Amino acid sequence: MDKNSNNKRRDFLQLSTISIGALGTAAFIWPFLSSMNPAEDTLALGTTEVDISSIAEGQSITVKWRGKPVFIRKRTKEEIEEAKEVDFTDLIDPEQDIDRVKKEEWLVLIGVCTHLGCVPLGQKLTDNKGEYNGWYCPCHGSHYDTSGRIRKGPAPNNLPVPPYSFLNETTIKIG
Amino acid sequence: MRGNSEHRKYKNSFLNWIEFRLPIISYFEKEYGDYPMPKNCNYFWSFGALATITLVVMIVSGIFLAMNYTPHTDMAFDSVERIMRDVNFGWLLRYIHSNGAAFFFIVVYIHILRGMYYGSYKYPRELNWILGVFIYLLMMATAFMGYVLPWGQMSYWGATVITNLFSAIPFIGEGLKTWLLGDYTVGNATLNRFFALHYVFPFVILGIVGLHVAAVHVHGSNNPAGIDIKSKNDTVRFFPYMVMKDALAFCVFGVIISAVIFFGPNLMAEVDNYIPADPLVTPAHIVPNWYLAPFYAILRAIPDKLGGVLLMFGSIAILFVLPWLDRSKVRSCNFRPIYKWFVMLFFVNFFILGYVGMLPAEGLYLLIARIGLVYYFGFFLIITPFIHKIETPKSLPLGISDVYLGGGKEIPTPNVQKEII
Repeated sequence: MDKNSNNKRRDFLQLSTISIGALGTAAFIWPFLSSMNPAEDTLALGTTEVDISSIAEGQSITVKWRGKPVFIRKRTKEEIEEAKEVDFTDLIDPEQDIDRVKKEEWLVLIGVCTHLGCVPLGQKLTDNKGEYNGWYCPCHGSHYDTSGRIRKGPAPNNLPVPPYSFLNETTIKIG
Repeated sequence: MRGNSEHRKYKNSFLNWIEFRLPIISYFEKEYGDYPMPKNCNYFWSFGALATITLVVMIVSGIFLAMNYTPHTDMAFDSVERIMRDVNFGWLLRYIHSNGAAFFFIVVYIHILRGMYYGSYKYPRELNWILGVFIYLLMMATAFMGYVLPWGQMSYWGATVITNLFSAIPFIGEGLKTWLLGDYTVGNATLNRFFALHYVFPFVILGIVGLHVAAVHVHGSNNPAGIDIKSKNDTVRFFPYMVMKDALAFCVFGVIISAVIFFGPNLMAEVDNYIPADPLVTPAHIVPNWYLAPFYAILRAIPDKLGGVLLMFGSIAILFVLPWLDRSKVRSCNFRPIYKWFVMLFFVNFFILGYVGMLPAEGLYLLIARIGLVYYFGFFLIITPFIHKIETPKSLPLGISDVYLGGGKEIPTPNVQKEII
């Protein structure tokens, strides 16, 4: 075996040793990193059933789902009109009102500001509802409209709509 | 033959026994006894020692607090209240720890500003500066996680806002945030891991502090004149001169911090944090701790989520490259007639940013934050790299001993220098 091929052999052995070592290290680190992700019990999609029969028009309630507040608002005729009238193509996060509700008068939203995670004001009648009559986040001044869409301020997205369904006329199942 | 190599350096035979097997005694003698300090160093040079002492106090008080603290969302708040009311001297431990954190930052800020003013970050101490910025970063992370532990309203919502910063990163942001929290919102998983990391980070800091000190001892400390040590006459021994000086500085510091701990322990606390965390109600104003507020002001000055986050992290990251941004050969601002004022303005600006960072981001405050933000980056990216082109530094003294002859105003002849020595 000449010197050159011996060098190549050395290079190959060195490279494969390093590669296997790196792979092994990565495989060893993986379970540690993975353990920091949400555990199975956290992941288990909690569902919440909510009785909405007592909510009057124009009123909102807040329920907790997966540790987050969920807003349920029974919208007034004016609020629905307001939400529908807007030319949605001009919005920061363009979405039609019709795509955000299952029944026009019921608006269900995850009540977490998409900017930095505060809970926007607007659930109580006395709250500041912002310039668009929906919700107003006091932390960094984001304004949401009567469809929960971002209209002004630093938040990049509309308030998300959680998965939900109407079990009957008076009960919503979230999750 | 064994007796020959085990020579008797010390009177105490036990010390000799140790020294032969682990030369730690001679190491300490060299680094903390004989170590030559420039004799013109002022009291700003005591803040490194003060920071080290504060770190130790924080670790000790933290360990004793941990003995009575429960990292669970249902019990954390109550366990802290129990420390305050029922645990013997628990109130003292907690007030030492919470005010100690604030004073740790005060001391470290003065230490950093000293380094900036006297150019301590320049050749050959760049690595020293970088290690220092790492310590500062770890301090911020540790302080942030520690603030979450009492599980009050500010703890919860501060954690929510700061961890949401990561969700601004495109594509991986949401996943990264969930990974950091261990849940979809700040919850028990988050509190547990923050406690674990809050406990371990200070020991990492302690390790880097060791490297930081070892690194500065390689080329020796900088001094107010920013010139190199040329002879033994430029220096004094660390012991007893610097030890005594630092001890006096610590006494003054101790009086001030004790006054706050005993007479105004909640001066720097947010009252909202005495309300238990409620995931359904956000406080009207989420106020960060004052020592992180300048960066919070930068975050809020930008009306775009990703942009704000990038600039906030950028404002810290830019500190790492300061040694290469500053192109001037002169270290000390005492001899830089123009840059000196920009550096001082930088300090004032940082303070103002912190002030508006604690106020609502609207109207005049927002405008001030934006001006402050422009100056912060302008200072690093325009003034620091280019000022040397228009600035004529004052003439440097030939040696440290010359400082006392009015060095920097006129150059004394070397002969005069010899006479005074």
